[in-house]
Amino acid sequence: MTMIFGIPVQAFLGQLLVGLINGSFYAMLSLGLAVIFGLLRVINFAHGAQYMLGAFVGYLLLTYLGIGYWPALILAPLIVGVFGIVVERLALSRLYDLDPLYGLLFTFGLALVLEGIFRYYYGVSGNPYAVPPLLSGGTNLGFMFLPNYRGWVVVASLIVCFGIWALIEKTRLGSYLRAATENPRLVQAFGVNVPLLLTLTYGLGSALAGLAGILAAPIYQVSPLMGSDLIIVVFAVVVVGGMGSILGAIVTGYMLGLAEGLTKVFYPEASNLVVFVIMAIVLLVRPAGLFGRDA
Amino acid sequence: MPELTLRETSAKTSARLEWTLVGLGILALLVAPFLVYPIFLMKMLCFALFACAFNLLLGYTGLLSFGHATFFGGAAYFTAHAVKVWGWPPEAGILLGMAGAALLGLVMGFFAIRRQGIYFAMITLALSQMFFFFCVQSPFTQGEDGIQGVPRGMLLGVLDLNVSLNMYYFVLAVFLIGVFAIWRIVNSPFGMILRSIRENENRAISLGYSVANYKLGAFVMSAALAGLAGSLKAIVFQFATLTDVTWQMSGEVILMTLLGGIGTMVGPIIGASLVIGLENTLATSGFPVTIATGLIFMVCVLVFRRGIVGEFYARFFKRAGKD
Repeated sequence: MTMIFGIPVQAFLGQLLVGLINGSFYAMLSLGLAVIFGLLRVINFAHGAQYMLGAFVGYLLLTYLGIGYWPALILAPLIVGVFGIVVERLALSRLYDLDPLYGLLFTFGLALVLEGIFRYYYGVSGNPYAVPPLLSGGTNLGFMFLPNYRGWVVVASLIVCFGIWALIEKTRLGSYLRAATENPRLVQAFGVNVPLLLTLTYGLGSALAGLAGILAAPIYQVSPLMGSDLIIVVFAVVVVGGMGSILGAIVTGYMLGLAEGLTKVFYPEASNLVVFVIMAIVLLVRPAGLFGRDA
Repeated sequence: MPELTLRETSAKTSARLEWTLVGLGILALLVAPFLVYPIFLMKMLCFALFACAFNLLLGYTGLLSFGHATFFGGAAYFTAHAVKVWGWPPEAGILLGMAGAALLGLVMGFFAIRRQGIYFAMITLALSQMFFFFCVQSPFTQGEDGIQGVPRGMLLGVLDLNVSLNMYYFVLAVFLIGVFAIWRIVNSPFGMILRSIRENENRAISLGYSVANYKLGAFVMSAALAGLAGSLKAIVFQFATLTDVTWQMSGEVILMTLLGGIGTMVGPIIGASLVIGLENTLATSGFPVTIATGLIFMVCVLVFRRGIVGEFYARFFKRAGKD
């Protein structure tokens, strides 16, 4: 058997794949956080809970209505997005003039409530969600065995990430969004409906979290706690990347996922610490983050 | 000028009223164990001290730490380990816990003060999650079981802490000393500089203060006092577990402070008492605690940002409250 650094190639690539999958979710979630923060100046602590919500919507659609994975892939982000819009209209929009910390605290409360509700009805144990038949099984790539669904997740997350990047950087709507990030008053004076833009942005960010959730459902089990542990790692990713740039958030997400996978190969005990260690090092060397502009 | 004298007299009366209330409060705490279950009171006092220590940072320096569970729970582990495994007396164990928390605070603060505002909160949260993972894996915390059966021992070799009332008055004394220390810090020249950093950091920098050092100092003090509360809790309940180092615990202390009133001396004490009381009530009712705490969070942020004590001040001492 071929070895890399004394480790069988199969195991090495397997962990790297796990890292790539985790990285896909880090990238999608930190992208959503960055988009929301860019315009609203709110750190969306409920992002993890919305990710969980996306997975649960998929699970509930399947269990109670018999609606399968593919329609859920559209419906779950839509439902979570609408939920986000309602939250923004009713509550978050009242907090924009205050210290951004209040937005963090509000969404923290929201996350607790969402998690509490699902924990109350579904317990803490995970609920399995079957891989859709079209993507079950795997492909032998010659050097390793790739489960089809995991391949799909990597591809899907790449498409989503770069789709959002193109939306923001290359379209007219995106140019409004970027302009409103720089100077909301001026953009409003030009006749753009900025409050609506804020609402839609929060809806889009929430929908992204929901999409990540439904994508994750067949890989990790659907459980009320799946979001809260993840969101803290994503916060570290965001600190490393800096929230100034969309591309930065995406790249940092994948990078840190891979770093985690690599650590699992060489020193498994440290694998859930490595993202935080990298964060600490980046803070020492480049406090503004790898892609950050100084706030 | 009449405006000024008016304000001075009203400030004087409000100060007199405040001291009367503080005196009454201490009196109530002295007789409380004869009326209420002492263990519950001790829990309340531990968390009240924890919230006051947290408020030193959020209320008076303007730094929102999302990682204070590290100091509270970490100190509990240190104290429990020292007392149980090394056989240290309780007072030495508590001092060790405090020192350990201060050291953790120094490390976390060193990294966190490199960024401001929202990033500060995220960095403290991430580092405390790192400490949580360390506690999960490190053998000395004994994993899911936690350190159990910690002996209360003899305080200074003479006072038997296994007697419930002895334990209670010891906790009360430590609580009062801790709160007094925070009050002294807040009203010292050092505390004034902290407040100036909270109000306008750039101005404080331009006045020549090395803001980073002051922030780090406040962070370490807050961590040490939070550790004191955690150590005390470990002795009272005779165990230290993972619950106290989770991010939920960091959230809980924020809630206590927010509910009672950020930046007030008494607010966190009232907030902590209410939250602990509520949790005690809910524990038997079957209604999930997280939903209740989450809802209180949302309501507080939306309509009740000054907290109970803050609202009280705003209503009744409008003039004095303005400064």
